[in-house]
Amino acid sequence: MGQLLLPRLLQAGLVVLVVGVLCFVLVRALPGDAAMRIAAGRYGPDANITEAAENVRRELGLDRPLLVQLADSLGQIARFDLGRSVVTGMPITKELRIQLGATLWLAGSALVLTILIGPIVGLAAGLRTGGWADRASLGGAVVLRSLPPFVLGLLLILLFAMVLGWLPPAGYGEWRDLVLPALTLALGLAAMSSRVARDSVASVVRTPYFTFARLKGLPDAVVVRRHVLRNAAIPVIAYLALQAIYLVEGVVVVETLFGFPGIGHALVHAVIARDVPMVQGTALVMGLLFVVITAAVDLLCHWLDPRPKRT
Amino acid sequence: MTLSDVTLIPAARQRWLTPSRAFGLCLLALLALFALLGPILIDDDPTAQNFAASLAPPGGDYLLGADHYGRGMLARLAHGARLSFGMALLTVVTAAVPGVILGLLAAWRGGFLDRVLELVATVMLALPGLLLVLILLAFAPGTFGPLYLGLALTLWIEFYRVTRAAASTVLKQPHIEAARLLGFGSAYILRSYVLPEIRPLLMTLGAFGMATAIIAISTLSAISVGLQPPTPELGAMIVELLPYYAEAPFHVLMPAVLIFLLVLGLQLAARSEMR
Repeated sequence: MGQLLLPRLLQAGLVVLVVGVLCFVLVRALPGDAAMRIAAGRYGPDANITEAAENVRRELGLDRPLLVQLADSLGQIARFDLGRSVVTGMPITKELRIQLGATLWLAGSALVLTILIGPIVGLAAGLRTGGWADRASLGGAVVLRSLPPFVLGLLLILLFAMVLGWLPPAGYGEWRDLVLPALTLALGLAAMSSRVARDSVASVVRTPYFTFARLKGLPDAVVVRRHVLRNAAIPVIAYLALQAIYLVEGVVVVETLFGFPGIGHALVHAVIARDVPMVQGTALVMGLLFVVITAAVDLLCHWLDPRPKRT
Repeated sequence: MTLSDVTLIPAARQRWLTPSRAFGLCLLALLALFALLGPILIDDDPTAQNFAASLAPPGGDYLLGADHYGRGMLARLAHGARLSFGMALLTVVTAAVPGVILGLLAAWRGGFLDRVLELVATVMLALPGLLLVLILLAFAPGTFGPLYLGLALTLWIEFYRVTRAAASTVLKQPHIEAARLLGFGSAYILRSYVLPEIRPLLMTLGAFGMATAIIAISTLSAISVGLQPPTPELGAMIVELLPYYAEAPFHVLMPAVLIFLLVLGLQLAARSEMR
C-alpha cells in the first residue's frame, strides 16, 4: 500500500515545486518594481510612494538574494499560507475552499456519468465485435474525440438549451445547471474509455472461462455479471488514471465556458487579471486534484486486481 | 492532452495505407490546400470591416457570408486554417527535434544523461499540460509565445520517451552489433538502422501532437487567454459569433466544423486502423 502511494506523494511534491517556482518567477518577471507595485496596491497612489515601497521592500525581504526569497515562498506554500488575492483582497485559501466544492461536484458528476456511459457502450460493443453496436460506438468515439471540449459544450448548449429548451445554458445553483457541463466532460471521457472497455470485454469473450461458463448453461446476464465485469473492469479503471489529465484540463475549459464558479474558472480569470497569488493557488489545487484522482485510481486497481504487478 | 493511446508495439506487419488512413490523408491534403492557397487566392483582408454586409448570409458578395463586423467568412476561415495548421506544425517540430535527439542520446549513451532527462520529464509531467500553458500565459496573456513554449514543453516528452524506448530495443539487436564491428560510425548506424525503424512511430506521434496543439490553441483562444480578436483564430471566431447564433447559426458552425475536420483528419491519418 505504502509503495503504491509513494510515487503519488512524490508527484504531489513536484506539483508544488513546479507551480511555486513558476509563480515566483512570474512575480519577478512582471514589469515594474515588485515592492512599488505592492505599495501602490496597499496605499494607493501617494506622494510618499517611494518611501512606502522601501518599507515594503524591507518588510517582505525583497532585497534579499533571490534563492532565499524562493525558499521562503516555497515554505509559505508548505504552511498553506497562499497570501491574498490582488483583485478581491480576500485570503486565497478562503476563496479556494468555496470554489473547490463546485469543482468537486462537477468532476464527480462527470466521473459518475462517464462510468455509466463508457463501459455500458463498451460492453454492448465488445460482446459482439463487428456488430452494429460496435460500429456505431466506433463512429461516435471518433467523432467525439475530434471535437474540442469547448465545441462539444457549445453544441450541447445549442441543442439542449436553445433548440429544445430543456436545460439552462449556464449558471450555478441547482442540479439542472450541473447537467450540461458534466455531460460535456463525461462524453469526452466516454469516447475514449468506451473503446478501452470494448477491447477488454472482447478479450474476455475470447477466454476459455467465458466459453465454459456459457457451455455449462449459465444465462448470459449471469455470465456477464460474474465473469466479464470484474475482469474487463481492470483496464478500464487503469485507463481512468490517464484520463485524469483530460478531466482536469476539461474542468478548466468547461467551467469557463459554462460560467461555473469553480477553480478552473477562477484560474482562467486570474490569468487574465494577472492575479499571481490566485494563479498559484488555483493551479496548485488543480494539480493536486490530478494527483489525488490518479492515486485513487491506483488504489481502486489494486483492490480490483490484488495480484502483484510484474514491473 | 495525452498522446498515451499510441502503442509502442507495432501491430503485425500490415498494409500501411488502410481505407481510414487514406481518408484522413485526403482530408488533410484538402485542408492543407485550403490553408496554403486560400489566403493567397482569396483577395480579401480578413480584418477589413464592412458594416453594410454585417452578418451577410452565404452567397452574394461574400461566398460564405460575413461576420458581425462584415468581415468575409471565407477569408477569415482560410487565414484561421493557416494559423492553426502553421502553429501546430511549428509546435510539433519544435517538440520533436529535441525530443528525438535527446531520446537517441539517452538510448545510446545511457548513464547520467539518461537519468537527468528522465527526472526532467517526470517533473514536467507532474502537472497536466494545460495548467503549465495557463501559468506561462500569465506572463504575457494573448500572445503566441507562451502558448507555443508551453505546448512544446509538454509535447517533447512523448517524443523523447517513445524514441528512447524504441531506439534502445533496436540498439540491442545483433545486426547493430554487426554493423558496429564492421566499423560503421555512430551517426551512420543511427541514420540508417535506427531512424527508419522509429519513423512510423514518430509520424503517429506527430499527428497526435498536432491534433493536441490545434485543440489547445483554439480552446485557449475561445476562453480568451489565447490569441485575441481580431486575429482570425478559429476558436476565437466561434465565441465572437456565438451571440449572433439566432440570426446566423451557420456562421457559428463553420469554424467549429473546420476545427473538427482538422482534428478528424489528423486522428485518422495517425492510426493505421480506426479504433
